[in-house]
Amino acid sequence: MGDGDGQDTLRAEQSADEIADSVVDAAREVFGDDLWERRLAELLAFLRRRITGAYEVDDFGFDVEFTERFLLNALRPLAEKWFRIDVRGAENIPSVGGALVVSNHSGTVPVDGLMTALVVHDHADRFLRMLGADLVFRLPFIGELARKGGATLASTEDAERLLSADELVGVWPEGYKGIGKPFSERYRLQRFGRGGFVSAALRTGVPIVPCSVVGAEEIFPLVGNITSLARLLRVPYIPVTPFFPWLGVLGMVPLPSKWLIEFGKPLRTDSYPAGSADDAMLVRNVTDQVRETIQQTLHSLLLYREGVFS
Amino acid sequence: MGRVVLVTGVGRDFGGRFASRIAKDPVVDRVIGVDVVPSRADLGDVHFVRADIRHPVIGKVIADDKVDTVVHLGVIATTSSAGRRASMREVSVVGSMQLLAACQQAASVERLIVKSSARVYGSSPSDPAKFSEDMSPQRIPSSGLGKASVEVEGYVRGFARRRPDVRVTLLRFANLIGPQVDTMMARYLELPIVPTVLGFDPRLQFCHDEDALDALHHSSLADVPGSFNVAGDHVLTLVQAVRRLGRPHIGVPPLALGTLGSLIPQLRQADLSAEQILFLTYGRGLDTTAMRQNLGFEPKFTTPEAFGDFAARSRPGAMHPERVAELERQLATLIAKGRIYGRR
Repeated sequence: MGDGDGQDTLRAEQSADEIADSVVDAAREVFGDDLWERRLAELLAFLRRRITGAYEVDDFGFDVEFTERFLLNALRPLAEKWFRIDVRGAENIPSVGGALVVSNHSGTVPVDGLMTALVVHDHADRFLRMLGADLVFRLPFIGELARKGGATLASTEDAERLLSADELVGVWPEGYKGIGKPFSERYRLQRFGRGGFVSAALRTGVPIVPCSVVGAEEIFPLVGNITSLARLLRVPYIPVTPFFPWLGVLGMVPLPSKWLIEFGKPLRTDSYPAGSADDAMLVRNVTDQVRETIQQTLHSLLLYREGVFS
Repeated sequence: MGRVVLVTGVGRDFGGRFASRIAKDPVVDRVIGVDVVPSRADLGDVHFVRADIRHPVIGKVIADDKVDTVVHLGVIATTSSAGRRASMREVSVVGSMQLLAACQQAASVERLIVKSSARVYGSSPSDPAKFSEDMSPQRIPSSGLGKASVEVEGYVRGFARRRPDVRVTLLRFANLIGPQVDTMMARYLELPIVPTVLGFDPRLQFCHDEDALDALHHSSLADVPGSFNVAGDHVLTLVQAVRRLGRPHIGVPPLALGTLGSLIPQLRQADLSAEQILFLTYGRGLDTTAMRQNLGFEPKFTTPEAFGDFAARSRPGAMHPERVAELERQLATLIAKGRIYGRR
């Protein structure tokens, strides 16, 4: 009996050693010879934190660790290898304090928002807190990922709450009209809502950073819309592209267009007198100014870009 | 002369604890506890009156003892022991109506404190990240206890209009949690495997029961009229909370979750009503600025702390944090061994 037990233990120890060996080998291969030990320990600690819930989320559900370790890492190859994003004017993003990034919206699926968030993180070392439509938060998995990634509902309350907490907030005021516009209208800015984002910036006195994205228009060229199905599913549109739904899942692969993202000079809003946020005329003027800036930058970026895919 | 306080809902644990607690306060002369069932705990100096607040006798109690402060805790029963859901709502709404009618007749009443719930805000994907007291729900709760809370609050506002001399304080509590409270939410979280809504991880906010008692005590004596959210700072997501308890969770489509909830007896205890499923899908956050600035109340526990206090005294789950930490240590040791004795 005793002997058998001893042998079993020995055998168990041997196989445990073998497992340890292979883990070490794998770690060496992945992390390199010098760093593997620390990295592996970090990875273990990270896994433990996730499994035991010992991570933090903020009041909006933003999970920094998850975002940095998973979301952004998953998006990075898409940005760097697939869309080959060129970034200009990243120095225009304030390094501290609240600011509002206002961008054009396109591409049928809001990939442009994700890419902008990644670019902001990698070039300005800040998290872009995206404001999304309620549809985003109604969808399973997507809504969950959106909140974990720092997004929240596009509402005045949430925008002002984030801006007063010195966060960098991203808005896409064209909304569905921008993202779901036909390919023939590409790079033509749609109406900028009612300028709610400008009121939020005025009320909190934060600068507005215009952001122009070129390239997202071509990833899923929208040529049609299955209106009846969209109404049935309570979504704004069901896209028809040259490849979707004809090629099924394959049609969901975005075309590898060349992207340019430019951040413009921040527009200060703290010089306006108190109460300007309720001045409809002023809000409209500022909205138009931001819209014009983005539209002009889009034109100049398009001239600069040699071809859609290069 | 000191205060005379009438407390409803003392038959339940929370109400009983509040009554015996406020009875110890030196500015309070006399505490009358009312409920249809006597409290199992010893209420100390509390004078217990066995009465149904739906019955006019309550008016007589208020008038005879010249009650000046009414603390209405019997609004919503969050414990599952209170019987069938429909009758629970009946009791809540009709009882509150009758109590308010009795208070309206009584000239001695100077202040009314009502324990309401953050359920009045509902849960929907169009909700702002945090509700402040002046916001109305995106979707008014159409069923269950949320609807009852909304109705009771409506009656309370009506009462405040008719008796402007009475200072009315309405406290909207986040989910109560703590080692001593037995709520349906706590039962849900303590299931061996927690069924969650597939593809969603709602934000939850908790209020420690000690803080809830403190808040009620504070507002009973502070004379600050208005509605106030009461909750601990910060949020936990549902999955995070379940993981902190060391329990496995499984995502279930919302429709199936409702069916499961009515089929499996253990789940029936855990409240998987349509209203609760919405809450478990979209969650809710509360803005507590007014609680601090106007009510002047500061909770002792944040949401994670309150939850930690609850977790510390709940049965450890299969994936208990300490067990996972132990596993990590073992793995680290193994790897260190592999490094030393390994082939290379």
